[in-house]
Amino acid sequence: MPETTYLEAIRQGLWEEMERDPRVFLIGEDIGALGGPFRVTDGMLGRFGHERVIDTPVSEQAIVGAAAGAAHMGLRPVCEMQFIDFIACAYDLLTNYVATARYRAGLATPMVVRGPSGGYVRGGPFHSQNPEAAFLHTPGLKIVCPATARDAKGLIKAAIRDEDPVLFFEHKYLYRRVKEDLPEGELLTPIGPARVAREGRDLTIVTWSAMVWKALEAADRLEREDGLAVEVVDLRTLMPMDDAAIVRSVRKTNRVLVAHEDTRTGGVAGEIIARINEQCFEWLDAPVRRVCAHDVPLPFAPTLEDFVLPQAEDLVAACRWLAGY
Amino acid sequence: MTSSAPAAHGEPLPAGLTRSQVLDFYYWMRLTRSLEERLVNLHRQGKVVGGLFRSLGQEADSVGSAYALEPGDILSPLIRNLGSMLVKGATPLEVLRQYLAKAESPTAGRELNIHFNDLERGFIGQVSPLGAMVPVMAGVALYFKMMKQPRVGLVYVGDGAMSTGAFHEGINFAAVQRLPLVVICENNGYAYSTPGRLQTAARHLVDKAMGYGIPGIRADGNDVIATYAVTREAVERARAGGGVTLVELVTYRRQGHAEHDDQRYVPPGEVEAWEKNDPIDRYRSRLTETGWATSVEIAATDARVDAELDTALQRCVDEPVPYASTALRGVYADPPAAPLEWYRAVMPSRRAVEPSSGRDA
Repeated sequence: MPETTYLEAIRQGLWEEMERDPRVFLIGEDIGALGGPFRVTDGMLGRFGHERVIDTPVSEQAIVGAAAGAAHMGLRPVCEMQFIDFIACAYDLLTNYVATARYRAGLATPMVVRGPSGGYVRGGPFHSQNPEAAFLHTPGLKIVCPATARDAKGLIKAAIRDEDPVLFFEHKYLYRRVKEDLPEGELLTPIGPARVAREGRDLTIVTWSAMVWKALEAADRLEREDGLAVEVVDLRTLMPMDDAAIVRSVRKTNRVLVAHEDTRTGGVAGEIIARINEQCFEWLDAPVRRVCAHDVPLPFAPTLEDFVLPQAEDLVAACRWLAGY
Repeated sequence: MTSSAPAAHGEPLPAGLTRSQVLDFYYWMRLTRSLEERLVNLHRQGKVVGGLFRSLGQEADSVGSAYALEPGDILSPLIRNLGSMLVKGATPLEVLRQYLAKAESPTAGRELNIHFNDLERGFIGQVSPLGAMVPVMAGVALYFKMMKQPRVGLVYVGDGAMSTGAFHEGINFAAVQRLPLVVICENNGYAYSTPGRLQTAARHLVDKAMGYGIPGIRADGNDVIATYAVTREAVERARAGGGVTLVELVTYRRQGHAEHDDQRYVPPGEVEAWEKNDPIDRYRSRLTETGWATSVEIAATDARVDAELDTALQRCVDEPVPYASTALRGVYADPPAAPLEWYRAVMPSRRAVEPSSGRDA
């Protein structure tokens, strides 16, 4: 069986859920005849028709708002943000309306908002963002950031079946670069548990999404060049966050680096480090470090983008500092 | 406007309504106003938690428009559509419990005033960011269309909310999809302190309908029969597959934005002029002049409203408030409650915590 790309895994997950459950429908810009700019919804219009594959005006608030209303009534909408950067246009609907609906009003809102996030693709300031920190601060939303094809499929299916709103941040750098054999039959990945992507005893890197692959690359180098056994924890979901998995690894290795592609100030690493401080202080043999993007909008030119975004060599340097502390 | 037909002979009933329906309008408007008057008293006694928002002078547009819906239809009100909520089955007891922040209130103390909902009875409470309910109600109407159900959604916006991006995106999407949605603009002259002329350069708010390719109707919002008739037309069009209608109901907000607002920005004499156009006074005169109802029936309706409100108030005024710890429940279906984090409970002794549980030691 041929290997399945990360992108195809998402498409398969969507397709299977559309086949399984007539309540599931897709809504977004250019998702029908075009199949989306990356072709994640390719072929869906032909199979499921205009009623379940709805091309909208350029209106992120309408997409998210209409999905919420339909979800209250019992449907299972999956919204596409053409680029996840544009989710900011629907920030009010997501944070003030969707996230609070169950709590303030007892209204179930089982819906997914998905879209391509992330950099390393020369996308410039508006086609490269990682918006997880902006939403992690809002109780009521779940946030999923898969790193592998297997998790991309298993988690999109779990997100569609979840009773609460889920933000599903796909990484466009991984779309066609990451592939693997997927098992036959139903593939569901529970929302919540982290995954140990690589076992190690000397040091832990906590990360998610495309940065998992940078961390694995760094870990390989550190093993080869320094003899260090680096553990890589792939959080997979940020809300809920798997504190137990983080704590387990940190208490084992006693040295930890938190890495993310998003900018540093106000980034999710700060939250993770606070949790480590609260739960692992006496197990730490070194200060917790973080490697993140510099605090600038993401520039376009390759020299600039590569400098701003964290690279494997940045992780290697930080790990060496931690190991030598 | 007010009919001059002689009472002795009786005038034909309007808009296909029955005699009891015509008296219903009076009941719902009276109930709305009297309930708010009770709330004013409770507010002055310090028993209302948070602000109090009046619909004084706007009762007709709420009642008439909501009355045009059928069971199964769903509306989303604004803060001044208490009357619409009551017509759709919200009870004075629920409203009182909301304002008094009681444990038994529909939102168990999580949300204010008429921000509550019941899909069965057919209302979805608004949120405070204006315009947001237009795309949400477009989604409800989308559900009706997808399920091929002959049901209609109705959403209220004000002259202020029509300036928002959410309004534009929602009504435009609904128009493109020909969704069974009625958008009612309750034009009461002010968005908090900002008059309509600072909201739009359009001559009338209803003129915006043309830009969306949908019909627009404008009516006297203080004439309950007129608001019913124009809304009914829009509802029937939506139910028949004719898509969205924008209805502008012209009325006036005679009180401030909330009880704390002294209306210093309102020109002298304006409120007084609109007092003469009170929708309930107008309708009461019309009922007797046309012979649609007798003064005895009207007095009996007033007494019924007072008795119902006495009962509701007595029932809830001394009810308990919510237990504090219930605040942690229900953010998600799973987990059902947020953990009481250990650092907010007892600060534990060194290494006494089981951190992975996320709970107090």
